[in-house]
Amino acid sequence: MNKLTAIKLATVALIALAGTAASSAARLRVVATTPDLAALAREIGGSAVEVTALAKPTEDPHYVDAKPSHIVTLNRADVLIEGGAELELGWLPPLLESARNSKIGSTAPGRVVASQGIRMAEIPTTFDRSRGDVHSLGNPHFLIDPLSAKVVAANIATHFAQADPASAALYRANLASFMARIDAKLRQWEGQLAPFRGAKIVTYHKDFVYFASRFGLEVLETLEPKPGIAPSPAHLAQVIGAMKAANARVILVQPYQNRRTAETVARQTGARVLDIAQQPGARRNTTTYFDMMDYMVTTLATALRGG
Amino acid sequence: MRLLATTTNLSVAAMLCAAQLTAQQTPDTTATTPGTVQQPSATARAAMYMNIGFTALVDAGWSTEPDVPSLQLGDHDPRVRGFTIPNTELTLDGAVDPYFKGFSNIVFKLDEGGETGVELEEAYLLTTSLPANLQLKLGQFFTEFGRQNPQHPHSWAFVDQPLVLNRMFGPEGLRSQGMRLSWLAPTPFYTEAMLGVMNSVGGTTFSFQSEESPEIHGGVVPGPAVESPGDMLIVPRIVSSFELTGTQTLLFGVSAALGPNNSGPSARTRIFGVDAYYKWKPAAAQQGFPFVSLQVEGLARRYEAAEREAAEDASILLPNETLRDRGWYGQLLYGIRPRIVAGLRADVVSGDEASFASELRTDRFRLSPNVTWYPTEFSKIRLQYNYDDRKSVGTDHSVWMQFEFLLGAHASHKF
Ligand SMILES: [Zn+2]
Repeated sequence: MNKLTAIKLATVALIALAGTAASSAARLRVVATTPDLAALAREIGGSAVEVTALAKPTEDPHYVDAKPSHIVTLNRADVLIEGGAELELGWLPPLLESARNSKIGSTAPGRVVASQGIRMAEIPTTFDRSRGDVHSLGNPHFLIDPLSAKVVAANIATHFAQADPASAALYRANLASFMARIDAKLRQWEGQLAPFRGAKIVTYHKDFVYFASRFGLEVLETLEPKPGIAPSPAHLAQVIGAMKAANARVILVQPYQNRRTAETVARQTGARVLDIAQQPGARRNTTTYFDMMDYMVTTLATALRGG
Repeated sequence: MRLLATTTNLSVAAMLCAAQLTAQQTPDTTATTPGTVQQPSATARAAMYMNIGFTALVDAGWSTEPDVPSLQLGDHDPRVRGFTIPNTELTLDGAVDPYFKGFSNIVFKLDEGGETGVELEEAYLLTTSLPANLQLKLGQFFTEFGRQNPQHPHSWAFVDQPLVLNRMFGPEGLRSQGMRLSWLAPTPFYTEAMLGVMNSVGGTTFSFQSEESPEIHGGVVPGPAVESPGDMLIVPRIVSSFELTGTQTLLFGVSAALGPNNSGPSARTRIFGVDAYYKWKPAAAQQGFPFVSLQVEGLARRYEAAEREAAEDASILLPNETLRDRGWYGQLLYGIRPRIVAGLRADVVSGDEASFASELRTDRFRLSPNVTWYPTEFSKIRLQYNYDDRKSVGTDHSVWMQFEFLLGAHASHKF
């Protein structure tokens, strides 16, 4: 290689390096505890942010390993979005302690607590663990209610604008478009599920409470007798009885829940086991929040129709 | 290191009761329908300034060795045939202000004679906003050497302490008053470098200036002395972690503990350790199960024993010599299905011969299979068998049950 080519190559490399450095410096580094929050962050942040989720889509958000690689991710974050309501209580606190990043400290503008401003369901009236591992601040699985997603998205946009005022206009525009799309999609989803108003569904964990109340469904039973407690034969027998009496036809199961237990109950009740997921990416072709909701609503509507 | 402190006991109990009362009052104001704004009461808000937790371990079992403490050397090990409560902990923690977090851990336990002991096991401040990725810990705390030493007994995967940790750090583990500075390196993978500077004097600095040192070297202890900064215990550690794949993580650490011992003037102890931890967990684990983990720690000690009178008999003069010990343990855990874990641990320790024949420095091998059932995250039931080969004494067999319960604040799990 001659001297000139070498200089040209070096210049190109330098420009490329400077380019990536500039773009990564300009982009807001966002860490979300779960993929659904990450999906909302991408909707609002667009090209101005770089989003990482700590939990995998197929991972139970209550039981994520506090891996050292998460410490590195959190150390370099400009914004942290957590579900709140004690969802991440078992694994996030030690990570934050080691991450030593004041930008995402509990009162910093870079800290988004998604549950803030949400109308929480099932806030316990007494703190008593004999009722299972109940979250004392209410049921944290609120994001599958599209109206909750709007509240969280607005919350995210506010924090993004604070952390990165230069792109505030972009965040506001993205938020407006997200709100409009949610409104349109909500009408579609409500339409899809309208024929099944009052239908009784069975879930593994108490994680479809908000979804059911938004779309007029009824969670008849959960396979867990109490939140976080493994299904017992006696409880399953009672669930089977209740399902037969109420003619409940579907059991919703997430990737990290015990499908075999659900199958056993399904065999004895003639119900169907539905592979569902609240996390974008857990099922094929569900990258965005809308994909995930589409998948859930369509799968459920098909099953309730008996298809 | 135990003292009977009934007053401490009472005041702590009173504090706990008060905290429970306020916690119970909380829901009266928060129990409302969804949609209303939550307004915690003044008492509830006061209670929110700290997390309160109480953990208790109850052990029961039998050993072929009638003198159980000669076999079970750890202070939180089951040390009698029958029932014992070797460790209960009252933990308090929370943000002190925008700059510090505070932690304390007060241990109550019943000794072999059924006497209650109280210990201030840990009480420290941790900075939250130092620049340059630095963090400072200040107070009394478990020294960050290796993987298990900083862990509290209720998070151990086995009923008892690994033999090599007992041999190097004594029955209660290595902890002391001091400070630790840590730096999170700007590497793409996790790397943390730590430097601990602690008092080398005290009952929990075994291998250094502890009053239990004669058990190692057999000599008279002249009384603790900290005369210069060189008399402090220095503990450097570096730890790195790599994601091998999306489901496999490896963690690797190197530690040292360097400081004076009290066998004589300018006699020093050097302990070096390596530790590794591997964990596999599939992408779609139910409540974190199944999983496989392997934890291995190896330690070596170089103990300079100065020339001095023997503690047993002043007419015997122990020579100036270097005592060398080493050992390792490896523990394999298999989380079979939600909340059931099977474990197997191997313990190996050995020490070179010296003029004082210490029982603590003899060769020993132990193999411990166990199985643990966690009904929830707040309780556990464990059954463990120990095959124990003390080369010079013979083989013993022990069976231990362990029960644990946790009240109060949800414990979060470190990796
Ligand atoms: Zn839950």
